Amino acid sequence: MKFSVNGASVEAIPAAGQVLQTVLRDLDHFEVKMGCGSGDCGACTVLLNGDPIHSCIYPAHRLEGAEITTVSGLGSPEHPHPLQQSFVEAAGFQCGFCTAGMIVTASTFTEDDHDDLPRLLKSNICRCTGYRSIRDAICGTSNTQTPASGEAAGQSVRAPAGMRVATGEEEFTLDVRTTGLLHLAVLKSPHAHARILSIDPSRALAAEGVHAVLTHRDSPATLFSTGRHEMRTDDPDDTLVLDPVLRFIGQRVAAVVADTIAIAERALALIEVEYEVLPAVFDPELARSPGAPLLHADKGELQRIAAPERNVLAEMHGEMGDVDAAIAAADAVATGTWQTQRVNHAALETHATRGWLDADGRLVLRTSSQVPYLVRDELCRIFDLDPARLRVFTARVGGGFGGKQELFTEDLVTLAVLRTGRPVQYQFTREDEFTIASPRHPMRVSVTLAATSDGTLTAMAVDELTDTGAYGNHGIGVMYHSVHESISVYRCANKRVDAESVYTNNLPSGAFRGYGLGQVIFAIESAMDELARTLGMDPFELRRRNVVVPGDDMVVVEPHAETDLIYGSYGLDQCLDLVQAALADPQPSADPEWQTGTGMALAMIASLPPRGHYADATARLLTDGDIEIGVGTVEFGNGTTTVHTQLVASALGTTVDRVRIRQSDTDVVKYDTGAFGSAGVVVAGKALLSAADRLGELMLERAYSLVPGEGAVLQDGGVRIGARVVSAAELLEAGPLTATGRHDGTPRTVAFNVHGFRVAVNPATGEVRILQSVQAADAGTVLNPEQLRGQIEGATAQAIGTALYEEMRLDGAGRVTTTALRNYHVPRFADIPDTQVLFAETFDDLGPLGAKSMSEAPYNPVAPALANAIRDALGVRPHELPMSRERLWRLVSAAPADTAADELSPPA
Amino acid sequence: MDLIDVQDVRVPATRADLRVGAGEKVLAGGTWLYSVKETGLIGLVDITQLGWKPVEHTDSALVIAATCTVAELSRLTPLALRTDPIRSASGHESPDDPFALFWQCANSFLASYKIWNVATVGGNIALALPAGPMISLAASLEAEAVIWMPEGGERRMPVAELVTGVMQTALEPGEVLREIAIPRACLESRTGFRRIALNALGRTGTLLIARRAPTGQTVFTVTGGTTHPVQLRFDESPSASLLEERVRAIDCWYNDAHGSSDWRLAMSVRFAEQLREELA
Repeated sequence: MKFSVNGASVEAIPAAGQVLQTVLRDLDHFEVKMGCGSGDCGACTVLLNGDPIHSCIYPAHRLEGAEITTVSGLGSPEHPHPLQQSFVEAAGFQCGFCTAGMIVTASTFTEDDHDDLPRLLKSNICRCTGYRSIRDAICGTSNTQTPASGEAAGQSVRAPAGMRVATGEEEFTLDVRTTGLLHLAVLKSPHAHARILSIDPSRALAAEGVHAVLTHRDSPATLFSTGRHEMRTDDPDDTLVLDPVLRFIGQRVAAVVADTIAIAERALALIEVEYEVLPAVFDPELARSPGAPLLHADKGELQRIAAPERNVLAEMHGEMGDVDAAIAAADAVATGTWQTQRVNHAALETHATRGWLDADGRLVLRTSSQVPYLVRDELCRIFDLDPARLRVFTARVGGGFGGKQELFTEDLVTLAVLRTGRPVQYQFTREDEFTIASPRHPMRVSVTLAATSDGTLTAMAVDELTDTGAYGNHGIGVMYHSVHESISVYRCANKRVDAESVYTNNLPSGAFRGYGLGQVIFAIESAMDELARTLGMDPFELRRRNVVVPGDDMVVVEPHAETDLIYGSYGLDQCLDLVQAALADPQPSADPEWQTGTGMALAMIASLPPRGHYADATARLLTDGDIEIGVGTVEFGNGTTTVHTQLVASALGTTVDRVRIRQSDTDVVKYDTGAFGSAGVVVAGKALLSAADRLGELMLERAYSLVPGEGAVLQDGGVRIGARVVSAAELLEAGPLTATGRHDGTPRTVAFNVHGFRVAVNPATGEVRILQSVQAADAGTVLNPEQLRGQIEGATAQAIGTALYEEMRLDGAGRVTTTALRNYHVPRFADIPDTQVLFAETFDDLGPLGAKSMSEAPYNPVAPALANAIRDALGVRPHELPMSRERLWRLVSAAPADTAADELSPPA
Repeated sequence: MDLIDVQDVRVPATRADLRVGAGEKVLAGGTWLYSVKETGLIGLVDITQLGWKPVEHTDSALVIAATCTVAELSRLTPLALRTDPIRSASGHESPDDPFALFWQCANSFLASYKIWNVATVGGNIALALPAGPMISLAASLEAEAVIWMPEGGERRMPVAELVTGVMQTALEPGEVLREIAIPRACLESRTGFRRIALNALGRTGTLLIARRAPTGQTVFTVTGGTTHPVQLRFDESPSASLLEERVRAIDCWYNDAHGSSDWRLAMSVRFAEQLREELA
């Protein structure tokens, strides 16, 4: 059939049942993104004869004569559509995966529609921004600047990829044609716990178009963890590429590699498997109790599993002082048990890897990962490959949030490419994201706090039970981190921690923005709020009396423990003051049925992960005066690439458009631990800054060797000595000018965030209206105010989702029942209020130009601040996330406000 | 998403060509069918090229073709009655003109106006999801479904009875929903609308439409919160206690990720009373 795309006539013969989206991508229109395949996210929006539609659910057999317009048809980098220009100038995107669909949708709006955006954008999901900047983009508000040479640091510079993102030209993981590509589909376990007794792939293998069927008999015998860290020993070795024992519903049983994804998927049904179903356990409390079915009884200390005989992956028990005595002697005690849910990252780009052998026979993987180097290193270990024979790189990655600090697709693609010799792709569907990717760890956290009547904290006891699921990826690290900065931010003589991370036959949990801290901070900050109420003390004041200040040890339960965590700067005091001042004048509710309340919470976070985080970086002068930089870290909306250009431009007296970036490729620099733990600016950035500084020195030296004089300054890729400018070309005549930098991620500093909310809650329905949202952040030097504001707004939006809406539901027998975005509510435009973002004025001794990391941190104080505001409004405390309308309604209906103090026990 | 088991899509141009075989499904807009994996679905019969006029006004009824898109339907509401969906859900904007309902119900989709450009009225009804807002609309306005039978001929039944459960209808194999007919008289009633979801513009938790005829007859239609439409009929406006008793007596509250049954019941009680007062 014939139709047109962006004005060009095309002919195609769609398959029966095919949709417009895949037809367009088959025609190399990669600007049309696949975010869900079910019409829920809007990333695939195109115009059909002028009307916006979701191309992923539009039947292709109707295309005869149709006129299709994609984002690339609206404009190009040379001739952008006004909205494309405006998205760039407003910084209206972060990862950019939603941007094409967002711009196509908005291209149909009139000025009158600007008041109707919540309704008109309700099926466009942005997981990164929090929507304020998208509104700015649509309404034509610019938030960015074009600084002069040498002045980029500290200004709201645009993301270097901005115009390519806005016009659909920027490549994400799968946005490229590969000739002869095969596709991989996975047969998933129907059982929560089973052993494969027999597996016969012969019928599948015989099917037309099938190239390979991979089973546990093809799997390397090397145990590993999908969770990736600098120290591979941080995670347990409990996973195989294909395991004959299945420990959760959805675990890989076998994989088919075929000419098309449809052939591969259809062939799955031809694999004959006989299972021995094993007893399973789904509740972590039951799982650690005597008699529970064991998941990893065949493993132990060697695999770094604490107590496989009771399903305990990791445990921490410690006490300093005498907590019980302190509680007994206290004037006020607050105690309670809080429960958090599984939260899905919902990065709009799903996990995906494409792999092939290059001309030299070297294996190349193009993957949607936060950690290409760690992926390379572990694959080399699993498959016994020489690192020189494996290249791993990423294009732009469509969102991460911790979910791509894993090895979920790369290992199977490696196995399939090595087996077939052909290029192979494995792409998660949105359903896979919900059923087999690893969500945030659900936790049950009991907290008891005690204080004297003057508000001095005298006891803190935390008891945590976390469900790591069937495998221990990140289960150890999340548990230890969860009880670290959440507890050590408070000075208290008596502290106790009991924490266990327990295996169950649920899907494995994993790394999520905040890395465990958010769950425990939700509990502790709720308990602090309750303690303040008991004491009759202002919650800000209670914090001020008890938070650590420079000079205090940051202690969990071990005083004077060895640590590389120091106060490179301290702005918590400013953050508390800023939020308290912002909340000072609460307005009464306009609607008498709604009850209003105010709440706050704080969070501390280490600026990067412990035990080493390494980055190499390079900077090279090019003959045209541009600077080429090489960094290993990944861009997925975190904005580190923008900051990298700013650091280099400032160091070398040039402008950001003169900085050319090569990144996130194991061929580009020697090593980078990866983009997690908020390390992109403070580790890779610092390595890059030292490379740039060194390059600057080399340029000056070279210039002096050519032109005698003094007072030389770097200027736009050359050097000015007096009136004479030595150009880059002249400098390079005597040989190349390159420099390298390295940073090892130690010592580490701390950053702080305080969030405040004023809410109105309707007790009759459970609805929460956010009347005011304010966050103060201590990020050290603010290198890019608009980007940092965007990170904080985006984290706040994601945390509002966690706090009020998002919940992965399981059926109690290990099956996820919320398997599509329509059944799992990621916040939309209508759900997110504006958040006032305030910055403490600090300068960090450790970070590049005084900056600290700020990607995960702003997520952490939001849920407890909101819970405390809701408690203030309703007179009864929510203990469970999400604080959905139904839960809040039930809370109020079940317990009238005046009996709300049941979780407060009088001093013993 | 691509429907990988589908081998054939037939696009009949006349009723004579319209038949639905085993393993086949009727395809209208496709916004649902193409959004889910369905093993064993081998063929589709696309009814959008049968030339059905989207909307027809007859002496006795407003007739809406099954293939009328939600976008076309939404335009039946005059501009002045197009309420803000958040304010209108809670009753802060509450026109009592039944022509406001087309817009309100279209905005009760989880999906946005982009989906309305393709999704159809008949498709939403035949899909029979509890939250199907076209079911809410049709049931509350006493619409009659016109059903084409596979051997020719047609039969009629109220939409409120056509939808029998969660994704269950009274349609027999091979039958095709042709149109719905809203009696003119119902469009001369006064109506009121309430809706709540677990988030501002989310998939319906419960949706109540009350309709008061000039005779005083009052009907409360509950959808979304229940597994199928429930209508509570009163010859005149009921007392608060009677109405609450009748709502509480409903025995098919739905429970899923979009709301628990206890909350849906409580919200329905609340909305019923608000609408009772509003239309009294």
